[in-house]
Amino acid sequence: MKRLLVAGHARIFQICRCFRQGEFGSRHLPEFTMLEWYRAEADYRDLMSECEELVTALAQDLDMPEGLIRGGRTIDIRKPWERLMLEEAFERYAPVSLDEALAVGTFDELMAFEVEPRLSMDRPVFICDFPVSLGALARRNSGNPEVAERFELYIGGLELVNAFSELTDAGEQRERFLKEEAKRRAMGKRPYPMPEKFLHDLAKMPESAGAALGMDRLVMLFTGAEEIGDVVAFRPEEL
Amino acid sequence: MYSAADLRKGLRIKLDGDPYTITEFNFVKPGKGQSLYRCKLRNMITGAQFERTFREVDTFEAADLQQKAMQYLYKEGDNYVFMDLESYEQVYLTDDQVGDTKNYLIDSLEVEILLFEDRPIGVTLPNSVDLRVEHAEPWAKGDSVSGNYKPVVLETGYRILVPPFIEEGEKIRVDTRSGEYITRVKE
Repeated sequence: MKRLLVAGHARIFQICRCFRQGEFGSRHLPEFTMLEWYRAEADYRDLMSECEELVTALAQDLDMPEGLIRGGRTIDIRKPWERLMLEEAFERYAPVSLDEALAVGTFDELMAFEVEPRLSMDRPVFICDFPVSLGALARRNSGNPEVAERFELYIGGLELVNAFSELTDAGEQRERFLKEEAKRRAMGKRPYPMPEKFLHDLAKMPESAGAALGMDRLVMLFTGAEEIGDVVAFRPEEL
Repeated sequence: MYSAADLRKGLRIKLDGDPYTITEFNFVKPGKGQSLYRCKLRNMITGAQFERTFREVDTFEAADLQQKAMQYLYKEGDNYVFMDLESYEQVYLTDDQVGDTKNYLIDSLEVEILLFEDRPIGVTLPNSVDLRVEHAEPWAKGDSVSGNYKPVVLETGYRILVPPFIEEGEKIRVDTRSGEYITRVKE
C-alpha cells in the first residue's frame, strides 16, 4: 500500500484476510480480517480523529449512539477520546517505569497483564508515543525524537487499532530493519530478506499515516461478544 | 519436545521435574510485541496450582505419562497395593495419592493407574463401582429427617445417602465421579 502512496494514490484502504500461525486466544485467531487505510499528507493525530469518526459514525448508523458493549458494560464513545502517552500509562498502571521495563525486557508482560487490564473500560483511549524500538515503521516524533508517532486505540480494554505516522527516511528504515533482523536471529527465527523495492520507493513516499483495524474485534464491540471466536463462522478447531 | 505455540488446555508437560496439566490457557500479544502464553498449571502429583506466563521461545518436554490397567489387591500399612494385569508386577500408592478413590477400592477392582516416568502417581476409577452396604439403620416410614434418603455405610467405610428401601447386605452401584448412589444391584 505504501508503494501505492508513492504512485500518487493519496487516500487508500483495503479489507483483507490476515494469517498468523499459532495465534489463538480469546482475542486472537490464526485467520482474521483487517481494515487498513493510509492517507498522504497526514500524521497519526489525523488518524486518531478518523478513528473517533469511524466508530461514532458506525454507532450512529447501527442506532447505538449510546455506545458499545464490553463485559456487559456500556462504553461511552462520545468524542473526544483520551490521548495517553505510553510512558504515562506505565507510570499510572505498572509497578515500574517504561524505561525500566524496556531495560530488563519485561515490557510485553507488563503491558499485557498490568497496563492493558487497567485501561479505562468506560471510555476509549489512545495509547500513544511508543519508544522508537517498538515502532519499526513509524516516524520519530518531531518534538521528542526518543518516541515514534505510533498509537494504539483501546476500547473497553480491547486493542482495536494500531497506527502511525509513516517513516519516510529510507536510510533510517534500512537501519531499523537490520536491527529487527538481528532480534529475529537472536530468537532463532527465520530471517526476512531486505525489502529492496520497498526501500527504493520509500525515498519518494509523501508524508503519510496509516492504520490497521481488527474487523473481528470491531464486530465484538458492536455485538458484545466476549470471545473473538464468537464472531466468525468457524473457529480454527472447527475448520 | 513442545514449543510455546503447542500449549493448549489439557496438555501435559514436564516442568522442573514434575508432570503438569494445563488447566487454563490464554494467548496474548500486546501491542504487536512478542506472543505470550498465560497458563494455569496443576501439578499432577501434589495437585498444587499456579499461574505462569511463557514466551514464544520457551520449550517443554512432554510429561512421560502412561495409563496401565491394574487390579487393586489390598492395603498394607499406609500403602495401597495394585497389580499390573500384564506383568503381574505390584505397585504401591500412598494414602495421599489414592485420595478419595479409597472410598471405592474393593478387592480385585480393575482400575487405571497413572504412571509418570514409570512411577505410579494416581488412580482412575471406572465410572461406577458396585459396593455392598455394610451397615444400614432399619427404616420406618415417617422417621426420616432427610426425606427420601438415609445414610448407610458401605464395605469400604464410605458413608453415602441412599433411598430408604436399601437394606444391609445389599449391593448398590455408586457413581465414582459424583460420589452419589445410582441404583440397587440385583445379585
